[in-house]
Amino acid sequence: MAWSRDELAALLGEREAWTRGELAQALERLPRRRERFETDSGIPVPDLLDAASRPGADDRRDVGYPGRFPFTRGTQATMYRGRLWTMRQFAGFGSPEDTNRRFKILLGRGMTGLSTAFDMPALMGYDADHPMSRGEVGREGVAVSTLRDFETLFEGIPLGDVSTSMTINATAAIALAMYVAVAEAQGVPRARLAGTLQNDMLKEYVAQKEWMIPPAPATRIACDVIEFCAREMPRWNPISVSGYHIREAGATAVQELAFTLADGLEYVRQCVERGLAVDEFGPRISFFWDVHNDLFEEVAKFRAARRIWARLMRDRFGARRTEALLLRAHAQTAGVSLTAQQPLVNVARVALQGLAAVLGGTQSLHTNSLDETYALPTEEAATVALRTQQVIAHESGVDRVVDPLAGSHYVEWLTDEVERRALDLIGKIDALGGMLRAVEEGFPQREIAESAYRWQREIERGERVVVGVNAFQVAEQPPIPTLKVDEAVQRAQIERLRAVKAGRDVAAVDAALSGVERAAREGRNVLPPILEAVKAYATLGEISDVLRRVHGVYREDGRF
Amino acid sequence: MSSAIRPLRILVAKPGLDGHDRGAKIIARALRDAGMEVIYTGLHQTPEMIVAAAIQEDVDAVGLSILSGAHMTIFPAVLELLRAQDAGDVKVFGGGIIPQDDVPVLKGQGVAELFLPGTSTQVTVDWIRANVHPRAAAA
Repeated sequence: MAWSRDELAALLGEREAWTRGELAQALERLPRRRERFETDSGIPVPDLLDAASRPGADDRRDVGYPGRFPFTRGTQATMYRGRLWTMRQFAGFGSPEDTNRRFKILLGRGMTGLSTAFDMPALMGYDADHPMSRGEVGREGVAVSTLRDFETLFEGIPLGDVSTSMTINATAAIALAMYVAVAEAQGVPRARLAGTLQNDMLKEYVAQKEWMIPPAPATRIACDVIEFCAREMPRWNPISVSGYHIREAGATAVQELAFTLADGLEYVRQCVERGLAVDEFGPRISFFWDVHNDLFEEVAKFRAARRIWARLMRDRFGARRTEALLLRAHAQTAGVSLTAQQPLVNVARVALQGLAAVLGGTQSLHTNSLDETYALPTEEAATVALRTQQVIAHESGVDRVVDPLAGSHYVEWLTDEVERRALDLIGKIDALGGMLRAVEEGFPQREIAESAYRWQREIERGERVVVGVNAFQVAEQPPIPTLKVDEAVQRAQIERLRAVKAGRDVAAVDAALSGVERAAREGRNVLPPILEAVKAYATLGEISDVLRRVHGVYREDGRF
Repeated sequence: MSSAIRPLRILVAKPGLDGHDRGAKIIARALRDAGMEVIYTGLHQTPEMIVAAAIQEDVDAVGLSILSGAHMTIFPAVLELLRAQDAGDVKVFGGGIIPQDDVPVLKGQGVAELFLPGTSTQVTVDWIRANVHPRAAAA
C-alpha cells in the first residue's frame, strides 16, 4: 500500500509499540525456535508482516485485478470459477502400445489432457538399436524411433479433440513433425491441433542435460519450431519454458524464476530478430513451474512470474496484446522432494505442493506419484496422484475465489521480495549478454550446483528437516510395489524398427534427409523438411544424425 | 612397492543417457571435501568410457549414478569390463533411482554397495573409508 507520510508514521509507531510490548514479553517467556527464519530460497522472514511492511508499494499498479495487466492476480478474470485447471498427468513407458493403453485408461478416469513422456534415446536423438540406447529403451518414457511408433502411440485417440503435451526438447522438431503427420493421417489438419511441445533447449544445458548439438544452433531450431507454429499451428504452444528441471537440479525458487524468465527472454529476442511479430508468437509461449513445499514462497513465485513477464514483454519487446503479455503456466509437484523413506508420506507432500500451484493460479497441473523415488509410477500410485488434485479441486474450496491469498501481508511482501531478487539475477544475466551467453559460460549451471550442495549440507547438518529422512525415521519399512518395464521392450522395438526400415522407399528417405541437411546448413527453418522426412519414415536417429553432422555434438566438461 | 598412505582416488561416473547429475555432483563434492581425489566423468558415458577412465586415472573405486532405470544393464557391463582389464579389484558402488528388488541382484553380481535416495553423503564417505583401500600400484 502506498501510505501518506502521516499514516506510515502512525503504523510504524504501532508496530514499534507491539515490538517493545507484546513481542518482547513473548520472547522473554519463550525465545524463537531458531535464530533466523528463512524461506527455502533464503529470504529472511521477519517476526511480523503488516500494513507498513511494503511502504512504497502501489497495489493498484502492482497487484491490480485478475486478467488485467500486470496479471499478478491471475491470467483471467474468473480463474477456477469459470474452468478448473487442466489435470494433466505425465505418462509414458515401455512400448507405444503400453503408453497408448495408459492414455486410454487416464482419459477414461477423467484426465483432460494427454502428456507424453519419451524414453531417453528418443530425447537424445538415438534409435532403439543404437549402442547408446542399451538398457534405456522404454525405461523413462515411451520408446519411439519412427512415425510408425507415433501411429501406434495415438491409435484410437482423436487428435482433433484432445490436447497433447509432449515433453521433448533436443528432438522436439522431429516429435512435432511426427504428431502432425499422425493427425493429418487421421484427417485432422495441423491448424486444429492443440497441445504443447516443451522445446526448451536452454534449460537442457542449464539443468536437464539432454542435448545433441551445441546451445546456439539448438536454440535456433527451437525458434524454428516457434516460427513454424506461429504460421501454421495457431492452437499449439510451441515452447514450454521450463523452470521445473532447473529447480529439480537444485535451484532455489528465486533462481528457478530468474533463469526460466531469462530463457524466455532469449527465445523472444531471437524470434523478434528473425522478424516475427511479438504480438503474434508471444501468446503461444507457455511456462512450466516446479512446486515445492514452501507454500507461500511458491505462491509468491507464481504471482511474481506473471508480473515480471508482463512488464518485460511490454517494456523490452513492445508487446501490446493481452495474450502476449500473459504468462500461462503448467506446474508439476517436486519430484526431488519425495522420499524413498516412508513413501506413503509423499502423498501429503504432493497435496501440499498441488495446493500451492492452485493458490498460485496455475493453468494445468501434474501431481507426482508416491513411488517415484523407486521407479515410474504403478497404475495405483498414478491414480492416487490424480485423485489428490481432484480432492483439491472439488473438496477444498480453493476454487471458489480468485487469487485467495491476495492482500495477505506476507504473500504480497514475499511476492515483492521474490520479484526483486529474480530481477537482480536477470540483471546479472543481461550483463553477461543474455541467457545463451550465460549458459555457454556455465553461469546458471554453477549457481545451481552451489544451491544443490548447500541444500544437501543443510539436510545433513539437521538444519533442514526432511520427515522420514533425517527426522522421524523408522528402522524397517515394507517395500512398496513398483512398475517393471519388461526387458523385452528393447528387443521388440529393435524388431519393429528393422521392419519399418525394410519396408520403406530408401531413395525417398535419402532425398528427404538431404533436404533436412540443406536447410540446416543454409540456416533455413528445418521443420518443413523434417516433416517430409518423417513421412518418408526416416527415423528419429537418422534425422538427429544429420543435425549432429551439420552442427557437431555438444559435450560438457567434468566440472562439479 | 611401499604402500605410502595416499588419498583414495574415486571416479564418479554418469553412465548412459541420463542427465540427472545433481546427485553425482553432490557426491563428487562431498568426497572431495572428505579429502579424497575425485574425478568426475561428466555426462553420457558408455561403460567402455567409464572403465577406460578408471584404468587411466588409476582409481580405487568407481561410483555410478543412475536415475534412468538402466542400472540392470549398466552395472554388470562396467563390472565385466573391469574384470576383463584385470581391474576387478576396483570397487564399484552406486546410487540413484533403484527399486529395492534390484538391490540384492546387483550386489550378487558384484556391486559393492548401493546408496538409495535420502542417503546422507556422510554415510557414503564412511562406507568408502571402511571398504575402499588404495590399490597396489599396477606397474
